[in-house]
Amino acid sequence: MTDASLVVTDLRVEFSGFVAVGGVSFDAHLGEVRFLIGPNGAGKTTCIDAITGLSRATGSARLGGRELLGRPVHKIVRFGVGRTFQTASVFDELSVLQNLDIAAGRHRPAASLLRTRRGVDASIEQALEETGLAGELATPAGILSHGQKQWLEIAMLLVQDARVLLLDEPVAGMSQDERTATGGLLQRVAAKRIVLVVEHDMDFMRRFATRVTVLHQGKVLSDGTVAEVQADPKVQEVYLGTAGAATTAAMSVVPEAAGTPQRKED
Amino acid sequence: MTKLKPRLSLIGIGVFAVLLLVVAPLVLTDHWLSNLGKYCCWAIAAVGIGLAWGRGGMLVMGQGVFFALGAYSMAMHLTLETAGAGVPGFMVLYDPLAPLPAFWEPFRSAAFTLLAIVLLPVIVAGLLGYALFKRRVKGAYFAILSQALAVALATLISSTIRETGGDTGLSDFKYFFGFVLEDPANRVMVYLIAAALLVVCLLVVWQLYRSRFGELLVATRDAEERVRFLGYDPATVKLVAFVLAALMASIGGAMFVPIVGIITPAEIGAAASILMIAGVAFGGRASLFGPALGAMAVGWGQSSLGSAWPEGWTYIVGLLFIVVILFLPKGLSSLLPRFTAARRSPGEQPAAGTAAPELEAVQS
Repeated sequence: MTDASLVVTDLRVEFSGFVAVGGVSFDAHLGEVRFLIGPNGAGKTTCIDAITGLSRATGSARLGGRELLGRPVHKIVRFGVGRTFQTASVFDELSVLQNLDIAAGRHRPAASLLRTRRGVDASIEQALEETGLAGELATPAGILSHGQKQWLEIAMLLVQDARVLLLDEPVAGMSQDERTATGGLLQRVAAKRIVLVVEHDMDFMRRFATRVTVLHQGKVLSDGTVAEVQADPKVQEVYLGTAGAATTAAMSVVPEAAGTPQRKED
Repeated sequence: MTKLKPRLSLIGIGVFAVLLLVVAPLVLTDHWLSNLGKYCCWAIAAVGIGLAWGRGGMLVMGQGVFFALGAYSMAMHLTLETAGAGVPGFMVLYDPLAPLPAFWEPFRSAAFTLLAIVLLPVIVAGLLGYALFKRRVKGAYFAILSQALAVALATLISSTIRETGGDTGLSDFKYFFGFVLEDPANRVMVYLIAAALLVVCLLVVWQLYRSRFGELLVATRDAEERVRFLGYDPATVKLVAFVLAALMASIGGAMFVPIVGIITPAEIGAAASILMIAGVAFGGRASLFGPALGAMAVGWGQSSLGSAWPEGWTYIVGLLFIVVILFLPKGLSSLLPRFTAARRSPGEQPAAGTAAPELEAVQS
């Protein structure tokens, strides 16, 4: 199990004295859509920044037994860690195909960079199919809709053949239909890759999470299935403060209202 | 359409090559041919700037440094060739017994000189670029730093009159690798070499722009962090473009010397470096032909308007720069797609068209 898992142990990130993440441990495995949630400032994005080498951190983050911390960003990527950002960052002036082609490039020999692209890689076609972007091959990424840009980013991670997908608020700003499509996509992707989603959209989390880790002020507050986490009084307190029972009830009612079956436990 | 466009650009380069290599020598007087050769040298440097700045996003404000590496390598060789076995005249002027400085000695060899023109900029730009890009120096800091280097080098040359000729520069070259420079036929040959090198540089960037590297370079320019998260090291991508640009500047500088017959610190300092940038911005920094044609147009303006009305020319360049930046941030070459879109003519024109209108201006 640990062979292909992402195992984070006692992760700490400090910004000149301020402890943004103070000893967080969690793991993520194949076959599950793992959510990292928490109020603003809980350290969710900082955790991802640390794992991907963007922020200096202590502790350990291992992928398949290999230590990631302390390596430069592009080396960590080459170990198979891919991420997206809160604001979709695709190359606006390049077409969808060119975007994906660059993402696929790290598996090619350097000399091939000097040649012109001929045809479309099989991995790119597959990713286009998977993300529903097949019709947008020649479209400049800059004029895609917001949702399509996020999908393009996910497609780039697929083409890049990332073993771990770290997604930072992938459904922010999406319509309900787009959210549902994205959730389905993530569940399909999770069969072969580790998927870790940072989100504070509770509804989306309830519908698609397999396991959830709740962060609060840089520490793990709770960990478990959606039902377990929702039932945790500590979580209720953080999210609802003293607002009391009425909102607690509202929080647990939504899954039924949305009409989605509870995810099976693993 | 995407397949068609590179072909059109290639046809454009072909037309440009015919104009420069066949038509110009037949039509132009010696004087203007030599001027056109000078513009070609600036254009070679400009093609590199287009690569580094237009496609790579590195505002290289100190290309004069690399222009100087090529120019002074060539000038030292030509000076020694002219001096024969002795010591260059200007050195004896200050001290009749002056020995030849040690760093001059290897430039007696033609092979060493040619190697130096190619390798010096590659080494200097490689080390400099590696140090800067790995430390993620970019934007204004990079621009200021490169500009400062040009100023520093110009000052260094000015202050070492005994070793480098100082502000008077190096001049009065009689031979170019054995060819007598006074002979008009040889001067045409030197022009043809410069023009051919310009065409080669255009072909190199044409292939680069349509290659995967070209796409990666644009991606790095627009979203460096994102490229890093795709597993590339953006520093390496930028380094390749920067080194190529330096090499082109050096080649331009090297050909400048036999064509113009003199090289001084004024040709490589801050003002000269900025004029190179101005030409590129004017023509369209990210386009294939824009940098070269822009640099040639500015060069032509400088030698015709600049000599007829020196005090006004500076203002004209300044005004032109402001107008282009304000209304055509992508340079004159961005007019062409609009023009063709308005006319809705079938694709044949664009690439050839880019070459023609401004070249007429250059030659008139």
